[in-house]
Amino acid sequence: MSLGGLATIARLTLLEASRRRITLAAFSGGFACVLIFAVSVYFIAGTAQLREAPAVLHRLQLQTLTLAGLYVVNFLVVAAAVLLPVDTLSGEIASGVMQTLASKPIPRSSIVLGKFLAYWMMLAGYTAAMVLGVVLSMRLITGFAQAHVLAATALMLLQATVLLSIVFAGGVFLGTVANGVVAFAFYAVAFIGGWIEQIGVVAARSVNARYIGTVISLASPVDALWRRAIHVLEPPVMSQVLLTPFSAISVPTAAMVWWAVAYAIVAISIAVVRFERRAL
Amino acid sequence: MQGAVIQTSGLRKQFGQTVAVDDLTLEIRGGEVFGFLGPNGAGKTTSVKMLLGLIAPTGGEARVLGARLGERSARARIGFLPEHFRFHDCLTAREFLRLHGRLHGLRRERLERRTEELLERVDLRDAADRRLSTFSKGMLQRAGLAQALIAEPLLVFLDEPTSGLDPLGRVLVRDLIRELREQGTTVFLNSHLLGEVEATCDRVVLLKQGRIVRELLLQDQVAAFQIELRIDRSDAQVLEGLRSFGEEVRAIGEVVRLRASSDEVIPEIARWLVSQGIAIYALASRRKSLEEWFLEGIGDDQRPG
Repeated sequence: MSLGGLATIARLTLLEASRRRITLAAFSGGFACVLIFAVSVYFIAGTAQLREAPAVLHRLQLQTLTLAGLYVVNFLVVAAAVLLPVDTLSGEIASGVMQTLASKPIPRSSIVLGKFLAYWMMLAGYTAAMVLGVVLSMRLITGFAQAHVLAATALMLLQATVLLSIVFAGGVFLGTVANGVVAFAFYAVAFIGGWIEQIGVVAARSVNARYIGTVISLASPVDALWRRAIHVLEPPVMSQVLLTPFSAISVPTAAMVWWAVAYAIVAISIAVVRFERRAL
Repeated sequence: MQGAVIQTSGLRKQFGQTVAVDDLTLEIRGGEVFGFLGPNGAGKTTSVKMLLGLIAPTGGEARVLGARLGERSARARIGFLPEHFRFHDCLTAREFLRLHGRLHGLRRERLERRTEELLERVDLRDAADRRLSTFSKGMLQRAGLAQALIAEPLLVFLDEPTSGLDPLGRVLVRDLIRELREQGTTVFLNSHLLGEVEATCDRVVLLKQGRIVRELLLQDQVAAFQIELRIDRSDAQVLEGLRSFGEEVRAIGEVVRLRASSDEVIPEIARWLVSQGIAIYALASRRKSLEEWFLEGIGDDQRPG
């Protein structure tokens, strides 16, 4: 691998992304969501019902509001992790742009890893900005201080990293549209698996539901990371009383986090190895 | 560099059941301007991609600048203008050249010097800070050409370098190729435009359905005159005598054909024939164009691509 080549490709990718409308749309959309969230919180927090509620209930409601905001952020991060890089390999291979890059004296791995690094940095910035937007607006408007923000952000970023690596691996094998469809299907499968597990555990105390959820999470660990992030964010009492998209009844273990890390490493390695041999 | 810059032996590429390139055996010397001709689908671009390491051959062997195909040490000395000249069009022309210079590992000072020199050389200085997305086809092609030359390569692959250019652009490319030859750079030119090839190349090969069907030295063969005589006697003695005026002397009935490097031999041939007491009914000379060589080499069974 050539570090100079990798840095040049990463720089090119960042410059290119900064000039694309989709990046502007992603950041504008995210900013709009945070703004709407802040305005809503302002009005909700001002209602007498919320202000006069007992302290524990008041805190629980503010916690739920924060998790609702972060749920939207998580969805935006998932969409950004798929849509921003979806054509970066497949599009450049199909158009022939890649021929000029790959004929230069840099290893092909530098092209894949340079692009990956650039998109990862963008997603890290995006995730951090969106999470901060939600958490800070809650703090400023209601005084509610969300605990364990850093750990939860890291889990959300890991989720985005897994998706990013899947998109990169798909980009070497598939065309742009097919790659996008596969990446979203990958997320949808994890999402359904997560809900089967949650509902099965709550409604039927079903061990099978937990098994199904775990198997699906092993195949597609993205939703498990979000559920782990919720578990980190919410107070223990919340997971006992509520089943919402913002609560985690069945919590993935720490081993699942390491599984996700390994998953991302394997996926990006497949992308590198396959791209090294691919006809361009 | 006067040794072989490109050497291939039995190079082959097969996509499924389709053979794109078959038994490609070439030797291209340093400083040569080499033309690679053939109809659409003949395997020209596939051959270039193999030589650049963009696709792996199915069989055969090849070395480029002394290295195995695709080796980084060789790619550092190679420039490449791809056929469809699709580039990162969000970049300005200046950013684009700097990017490719950096990928070649050029240091700051040399990078800036080469960027400015080439912007000037391909007549894009005025548009240097415009994004490539706003460029015309010809401007893109000139930017691509500058990109191929940014690291002062020893070997340049130009795949259809003038397809998007107007006549002025073509003259610019032709002059650039001449300058490269003077500098000792080897140029591998893939082109359909026979006039361009004729004006710039030292040697060409014709490729048909993945195989080389003809090799021509432009100086000796295409530039030569075809002389046709209709005389009353064309026995072995007469043919032997005519060999002193040219090459490839052949008799077909009462017509004799030969190839000469200059038309100045025509009066001498006439004088010699008269001195031998041979009656001349017709004596004509003409140059065979590269297009005729091409069509003859490709044959009648080739359909337009």
